[in-house]
Amino acid sequence: MRSMRNVALSVLLFCVSVGAWEALVRVLEVPAFILPPPSQVALALWRGFSSGLYLQHLSHTLLETLLGFIAGSALGLVLGTAVALSRPVEFFLYPYIVMFQSLPKVALAPLIVVWFGLGLTSKVINAALIAFFPLLVNTMVGLRSADEERVSLMRSLAASERQIFWMLRLPNSLPFVMAGLDVAMIFALIGAIVAEFVGAQKGLGMLIQSMNFNMDVSGQFSILLILSVVGLLLNRGVMMIRKRVLFWDPSEKERIEQERVSA
Amino acid sequence: MATEAISVQHLSKLYTTRDGGVAALERISFAVDEGEFVAVVGPSGCGKSTLLKILAGLLSPSGGSASLRGTAIQGPRRDIGVVFQAPVLFPWRTVLDNVLLPIDVQGLGRERFMPAAMDLLALVGLREFERRYPWELSGGMQQRVAITRALIHDPAMLLMDEPFGALDAMTREHMNLELQRIWMEKKKTVFFITHSIPEAVFLADRVLVMTPRPGRVVDDLRIKLPRPRPLDVMTTPEFGEYTRHIRGQFNVKGGLDA
Repeated sequence: MRSMRNVALSVLLFCVSVGAWEALVRVLEVPAFILPPPSQVALALWRGFSSGLYLQHLSHTLLETLLGFIAGSALGLVLGTAVALSRPVEFFLYPYIVMFQSLPKVALAPLIVVWFGLGLTSKVINAALIAFFPLLVNTMVGLRSADEERVSLMRSLAASERQIFWMLRLPNSLPFVMAGLDVAMIFALIGAIVAEFVGAQKGLGMLIQSMNFNMDVSGQFSILLILSVVGLLLNRGVMMIRKRVLFWDPSEKERIEQERVSA
Repeated sequence: MATEAISVQHLSKLYTTRDGGVAALERISFAVDEGEFVAVVGPSGCGKSTLLKILAGLLSPSGGSASLRGTAIQGPRRDIGVVFQAPVLFPWRTVLDNVLLPIDVQGLGRERFMPAAMDLLALVGLREFERRYPWELSGGMQQRVAITRALIHDPAMLLMDEPFGALDAMTREHMNLELQRIWMEKKKTVFFITHSIPEAVFLADRVLVMTPRPGRVVDDLRIKLPRPRPLDVMTTPEFGEYTRHIRGQFNVKGGLDA
């Protein structure tokens, strides 16, 4: 009963705020190129989807994001594992990785576009570069966080380092890796959009740019709306995988419990 | 000689710290017979955990020698089972998979050990829990899983490092009874470390008393109470005599207060 009321309340809240926005814009006569009323945004959304324009650009951006996510995560996993397992790798490589990370990678996007062109490649590379760091750090920390007592237990069983890695360190790192994937997914979307801003032939980022030149503010709003929904869905996707993989993790169980209570 | 499960000769372990060395163990010697239940009791810092780690092959000694069943200890070996203070279970493995961990590590083939795992789980009263995960069990149950895991590959001896130290008093007494029952059934050599004098007297055939700084064995006491010992044995005068005697050792050495 309570959950029904909560749903009703949140729907009501949404309607009231959208209604207030619409009313304020109309009463104060705010020009549409500054702040469009929600009805205009909805209209732009409808036009964009019914003409097929949005879907075409959306699928392109999604492709860039997912490819970048996969490439960046794979790179982060491999490098993170290498750094965690080998002291020399850590000593020689890690300072450069940190230097690279402290650089705002948005500033790299123009170079990447110059190097790899206006097509898909530059977007995927930019997305991957931004996505890989959280995974690198989390994999590294995760692999090193194996409980000392568990390592002792494995050693007392005369386990080899390889066995300790596969049976203990790797599964033990999964909560960290999954948290890294969570962040990497959203970072990949940011990376793709930023690269599209710099130069692209297709994609939602490019569409925002061109709408901006045409002062089509309601169009831009409609795309922002799409982007936030896409971000939410991508995040949900990662969380679903996480729940499957980490059924044994205490923090995950807490979250599941909480969801059960609030449902 | 061949029947000595554990033989320790002039064993020393020195830890180097910033201001010199600390003798965790100083020239300790003792022997444990096959099938014997030996408890080591002492205050924290007396080197008893260090001793167990050396026997388990996790630490190397600074001097002296230690051998298990006639062969010198040169690292971890597969004919012992170790139980730590914490259950140290892997949360992503079910109870059964946790019990079978040594089998997986030693590549012995799960199929062959499945019946043994089930029998052992029944022995510790955890039949029907084999598909559960560790977090679904109480602390006492988790420690029973750890004991089962230590027994699965049928080791010749068990090394136990304060296995019940983290449990509440009631559960602990219950686990002491359980361990006695398991030991009487399996007849394995048990080397049991504890800081509880009554626990040591209740469980062991022999109690080694250790004092700290430097870590030494100051007494080797044979406990002649008949088995199986019920919990009530703790209220008998003989039991009181043993615990008083051991406590006295600590007072003489200034290891414990009062």
